[in-house]
Amino acid sequence: MSKLATSKPATLHEQASQTAARIILKEPYYEAIGGEIGLFEAAYATQIPVLLKGPTGCGKTRFMEYMAWRLKRPLITVSCHDDLTAADLIGRYLITNNETVWVDGPLAQAVRCGGICYLDEIVEARKDTTVVIHPLADDRRILPMEKHGELLHAPPEFLLAMSYNPGYQSVLKELKQSTRQRFVAIEFSYPQAALEKKIVIAETGIEPALADQLIRLAEMTRNLKGNGLDEGASTRLLVHAGKLISKGIPARAACTGAVAAALTDDPDMLRAVNELAGSLF
Amino acid sequence: MNSPVPSFSQPAATAPAERLTVAELEDQLDGSLDPVLSSLRTAQPLAARLGPLARDLQDFALHWVNVIARTSGELAYQFAATAPDVLRQADPATAEVWIIQVMDTFDREGLYRASSQLKNIDAFLLASQHNTQAVAFEDAGTVLRLFICGLAGRPLKLEAGNETYTDTECIHLPARIFSFAARDKNFLLYKAMATHLWAQSRYGTFNVDPAAKLASFEDPARALALYNYLETTRLDAIIARELPGLARDLATLRDNVEPPPECAPLLEPAATAQDSLALVDALYTRFEPPQLSYMGTLHPEIARAVRASRVAREKKELQTELAKLLGGQPGDFPVETEEGGASRYSVESTADASESLELNLDGEPVAPPAHVRELLNSIAQDLGEIPAEYFIPAGDGAYIDNRVMDDNSADVSTSPQHEEDAVLYNEWDYKRRHYRKNWCVLREIDVQPGELDFIDTTLENYAVQVRQLRRTFEMLRSEDKWLKKQPTGDDVDLDAVITAFADLRAGRELPEQLFQRRLKAERDIAVMFMVDMSGSTKGWINDAERESLVMLCEALEVLGDRYAIYGFSGITRQRCAIYRIKRFAEPYDSTVRKRIAGIKPQDYTRMGVAIRHLTALLNAVDARTKLLITLSDGKPDDYSDNYRGEYGIEDTRQALMEAHRGGIHPFCITIDREAREYLPRMYGAVNYTVIDDVAQLPLKVADVYRRLTT
Ligand SMILES: Nc1ncnc2c1ncn2[C@@H]1O[C@H](COP(=O)(O)OP(=O)(O)OP(=O)(O)O)[C@@H](O)[C@H]1O
Ligand SMILES: [Mg+2]
Repeated sequence: MSKLATSKPATLHEQASQTAARIILKEPYYEAIGGEIGLFEAAYATQIPVLLKGPTGCGKTRFMEYMAWRLKRPLITVSCHDDLTAADLIGRYLITNNETVWVDGPLAQAVRCGGICYLDEIVEARKDTTVVIHPLADDRRILPMEKHGELLHAPPEFLLAMSYNPGYQSVLKELKQSTRQRFVAIEFSYPQAALEKKIVIAETGIEPALADQLIRLAEMTRNLKGNGLDEGASTRLLVHAGKLISKGIPARAACTGAVAAALTDDPDMLRAVNELAGSLF
Repeated sequence: MNSPVPSFSQPAATAPAERLTVAELEDQLDGSLDPVLSSLRTAQPLAARLGPLARDLQDFALHWVNVIARTSGELAYQFAATAPDVLRQADPATAEVWIIQVMDTFDREGLYRASSQLKNIDAFLLASQHNTQAVAFEDAGTVLRLFICGLAGRPLKLEAGNETYTDTECIHLPARIFSFAARDKNFLLYKAMATHLWAQSRYGTFNVDPAAKLASFEDPARALALYNYLETTRLDAIIARELPGLARDLATLRDNVEPPPECAPLLEPAATAQDSLALVDALYTRFEPPQLSYMGTLHPEIARAVRASRVAREKKELQTELAKLLGGQPGDFPVETEEGGASRYSVESTADASESLELNLDGEPVAPPAHVRELLNSIAQDLGEIPAEYFIPAGDGAYIDNRVMDDNSADVSTSPQHEEDAVLYNEWDYKRRHYRKNWCVLREIDVQPGELDFIDTTLENYAVQVRQLRRTFEMLRSEDKWLKKQPTGDDVDLDAVITAFADLRAGRELPEQLFQRRLKAERDIAVMFMVDMSGSTKGWINDAERESLVMLCEALEVLGDRYAIYGFSGITRQRCAIYRIKRFAEPYDSTVRKRIAGIKPQDYTRMGVAIRHLTALLNAVDARTKLLITLSDGKPDDYSDNYRGEYGIEDTRQALMEAHRGGIHPFCITIDREAREYLPRMYGAVNYTVIDDVAQLPLKVADVYRRLTT
């Protein structure tokens, strides 16, 4: 017990210093799908927090990195999970060398440095944790740090953003109205065929003809959404398949590994997706 | 048997039994075959030939000699004579199937036929080998459906039947394929047939009228066969461009049969069914079309009729949908601009490879909902384009169902049918945008109990799946949580202690909540299942519904969630019925089981009132999460009083929204394929799923429930 108690703060402290904000120096590759860049910039300028909605692998994380780069702000990403507490976001006291130190959580860090705080998969967080962002997400723009006896006022550069995948069908994972209505929502969906092709080529360097076939496969699986698949193949899966192919894996095998098996465990569905891939390559 | 392990190291019990000697064999055969033996015909030669066989095979042979002898001594004698040969070629399991076939033949057709069958094991072995390599539609159907659905175009049904053809909405395939000695190849043939029939609809084989044109030939059937071949050639060329991987596989089924040089124009990307039809003239007298293995037959009359009714229906649907997109009522469809009278809508084909249609409003692209896009694509498939008049308003006529509401507009509370036990419900009239007060009379009725056999059979048939379901649901149940920062608990909350220690050092008070406690994951869920008992569920769907409920109950019992099950049906608004199957308070006992078994198709599907009633029941239950799950097989419908069509859809939608407003999460499971267009409207964006394969229902329902509540 005592041994643990002394070893734990050190590791926590290490972790805490690692969550430092990330400054993105090199322009991330991002293809605009619609008016999302303009919308985001307008929300940023008027200090309204942003909610990115869309299926998995459609470029939400990439978009955030791109916007952080474009606006020249540090980006702090928090992947939400159901054990995430308010203290994990705001901060806590730690002890090092027999001294107590206050360590800011990622949210407080972002507020202080005027960065962008991106809460990924917000629905995974516990409902009582989600509430701590409320004062920060309306026009008060404050973060009360009760423990530390401090009230942070967010500078104009600070932006709160979060992502949410409405594809979940679980009623236990719906976002509360009081939370979602604080945000400007930007809808993401899979890019149009021509654009998606451009992305796949840029990310993997495969031949255009091959990219066409991957896009066609994605369409086929998207036709199966709701007919046994929860989601069709995302842009991410196409990028994965493309990367495998560019490393010399035969196309059919690459699609089995990167697309079919990633989409489903159901044997019939697996077979069907493989047959569809086989009909193209 | 040929174990390399020396026998002395093996315990005596597992050592192979010693062979029977010829004498011992003869002795036993004498016993079984006595009536047909004589001094001229002894068992000795039989025994001698059985002698070298391994002991288990000897036992196998003696056992069956004995069994057959009870039916016919003579047949048993002949079997004993052939047994050594048979057992060299076939394993005992296969041999057993064959023996039983022979005995069946004896029962039906007598000794002569049976003994000739007995002498011809080769034929049996050959057939059984083919049997194991044959592919049945039952097995391949699921994958083929998904495959065709993935290829896209218009949603198509797949069914097994006697003939291979399509009516442009349903693909009919053989029940079984055993043309090749390898399973893979037989499956490929299925896939090839299905793909070609899909391609006939997708690429317009019936967009021309072959029957009318071919009737002028001396032998129209021959002309039609030629057209079929030419179309197959044209479609093969399209498949080669669109699905090169599949085209490679198809080539292996063609046995090097190549189309004649006259067919060259059909291989061009711009070729249409018109070109194939034109070529019939040129080739009719001098070309005998080959029959490729994956070619089906053409039924132009059927296909044209289905197509014609679809074209008419979809025109109206599109006009209605486009009006809705503008947010107005169909009556005030403002698609015409003041000056010109041209439509504000237009469509363009996108420039990219997908060639999907893009809808424009006043020249700006708009993103129509998925079902409108499907509609546009389906129309373009039939007509090659979206004709301009499709964008012109059709006024009220746009409605599929335009009959007047039933004239009796007085509410029913005053009518004679009103009885003590009935409850009255409002119904939503979308045209007038108000509720018809006390419009429906609903009664609760008990389901007549059925036989428990049904439950047992279901549990047997799905033994593996039930086990797996139970395991999955057990995992859900045991997802316990650690409650952090508790005043008392099973263990110290290390994080809390550290924080507290740090707080203490920083001069704050030591908090009391330093423990963690394991919490049995509390699933405070109450779920209501509403099952379609309308007449249209008769047969398969009813069976599948009952099976689903059996499996679901098994799973829910593991989980401990509170649940109730009610059926619904009725005929007219005066006689709506809710059938009690399991109330929340009732345990899952044999009474409930018998009621599940007793669920029978009744009358019509007036969904709104059923939803309202069950919502009321669910509202009376105290739970944090409440679910209303409906299981139905298609559109709401009722007898004669205009519930069918738009009215029923809108009322159902309204009832679901009422439930949702009251804090209930409705979720709808529909068993139907054609339902697709109106479902998004009726059920809202995420709250439903379509199951198109009834056989999948029992597994899917429990699975849907699992996903909904985790
Ligand atoms: N618009 C785009 N421009 C460039 N790349 C893209 C774009 N959309 C998707 N990608 C590619 O898809 C991959 C997955 O995108 P990303 O990780 O941003 O998805 P996401 O929406 O954050 O998914 P999740 O919800 O699962 O976190 C990226 O790594 C990138 O290769
Ligand atoms: Mg992401």
